[in-house]
Amino acid sequence: MPSKKTRILIAKPGLDGHDRGAKFIARALRDEGYEVIYTGIRQSPEAIVQTAIQEDVDFVGLSLLSGAHNELFPRVVDLLKENGAEDIKVIGGGIIPEEDIPLLKEKGVQAVFGPGTSTEQIVEFLEHESGR
Amino acid sequence: MNLVDDIRRGDVRAIARAISLIEDFEPEAELLADSLFPHTGRALILGVTGSPGTGKSTLVDRLITLERRSGHKVAVIAIDPSSPFSGGAILGDRLRMQEHATDPGVFIRSMASRGFLGGVAAATGDVLKVLDAAGYDTIFIETIGVGQTEIKIVELSDIVLLVLMPGTGDEIQAMKAGVMEIGDIFIINKKDMPGADKLRMEVEYVLSFKNPGEDTVINPIVMTSATNGEGIGLLREAIAAHRSEIARSGKLEQKRRFRLERELMGVLSRKIHRLMDVRIEVSKQLPDWADTLYRRKACPYALINKQIQNFLKEGRGDRTN
Repeated sequence: MPSKKTRILIAKPGLDGHDRGAKFIARALRDEGYEVIYTGIRQSPEAIVQTAIQEDVDFVGLSLLSGAHNELFPRVVDLLKENGAEDIKVIGGGIIPEEDIPLLKEKGVQAVFGPGTSTEQIVEFLEHESGR
Repeated sequence: MNLVDDIRRGDVRAIARAISLIEDFEPEAELLADSLFPHTGRALILGVTGSPGTGKSTLVDRLITLERRSGHKVAVIAIDPSSPFSGGAILGDRLRMQEHATDPGVFIRSMASRGFLGGVAAATGDVLKVLDAAGYDTIFIETIGVGQTEIKIVELSDIVLLVLMPGTGDEIQAMKAGVMEIGDIFIINKKDMPGADKLRMEVEYVLSFKNPGEDTVINPIVMTSATNGEGIGLLREAIAAHRSEIARSGKLEQKRRFRLERELMGVLSRKIHRLMDVRIEVSKQLPDWADTLYRRKACPYALINKQIQNFLKEGRGDRTN
């Protein structure tokens, strides 16, 4: 009786310590039936990628409020690729200016969810992407 | 199976994927576990249990550091509860171990209990096989930490570390016949907190009448402060000494034989359960059966006995696997 669960890593790269949004998302996704791995603040892209691989997640959700998203989000995408894990999809959230989103998407970030995004929107995206 | 070779080479992606296959009870999981089995039995398996907030994850984090210094490869299975309502889970134990995230000699995996009772997940035993076959020398299993029901850890570990902290003195008395019996090594963490010495005395007292005359192994008590890294060296020495002691006395072998017995029983009951479910559609019929009981038209034992008899009459359950 297979019982596949969707697993997602919620991680905060960079130096800001504002993890309320990340924690909120973690809880919301748990309540939607996801297995959420939460690693806390100030994670290096290297640590995030190794964690994602060891935990065999389907998605990595990155939350950042400090403005370093243009460097750190694509870095996670690249490192996943380098480690043969490009099938793990990266999404982003936090304070991301609208004009940065096209660049992030071009660099392999699947979606960016800014303030005001509802849990439903995120779940809809995740379910669509994981083919359910 | 290629995956087995990749696992034995220590390929992290392969190890992680194999664990998911097992966790999800995918059809290929059984063959995978059996293909790995001949390559297991090398790792030292340490169970870490104790109430929530006693510092299990931080202790494991510190022990990983020492293990790595001795050149050992380390794996951790950290188990957290699944929500009984949504089936989801927040797995946060590795938060305290993230300094090891980029160390190639450390593999940490969070597992949700997925409705299994006993402080671990149903697939934990087979996940251990993956990590053992992958060549990890020391494997930690960190249980959920809900107290007295954490007995499954005994079946899975070579040595159980029971983590206590001051302020839980009354609990000790209540635990005499519960969790206290599963510990091989007792850790009093947060030793700087008031009441640590009193707790130590209480633990000594309780242990003094544990299995009288039967069990000659002395259970060490180690005082630690995981956050400050104090007492961790002593703890590691206690683990090593205990390991030699149980290896010498034959208790380790006895434990491992017992573990295999329990594993066989577990597989057998899972299989029987599934077989019954497929053949006589237990889950589907359950409401109807309950209805006949509710109306007092049948009795529980008679009803089940009749179902089993029908099942046996129908012959072999070749439709299941």
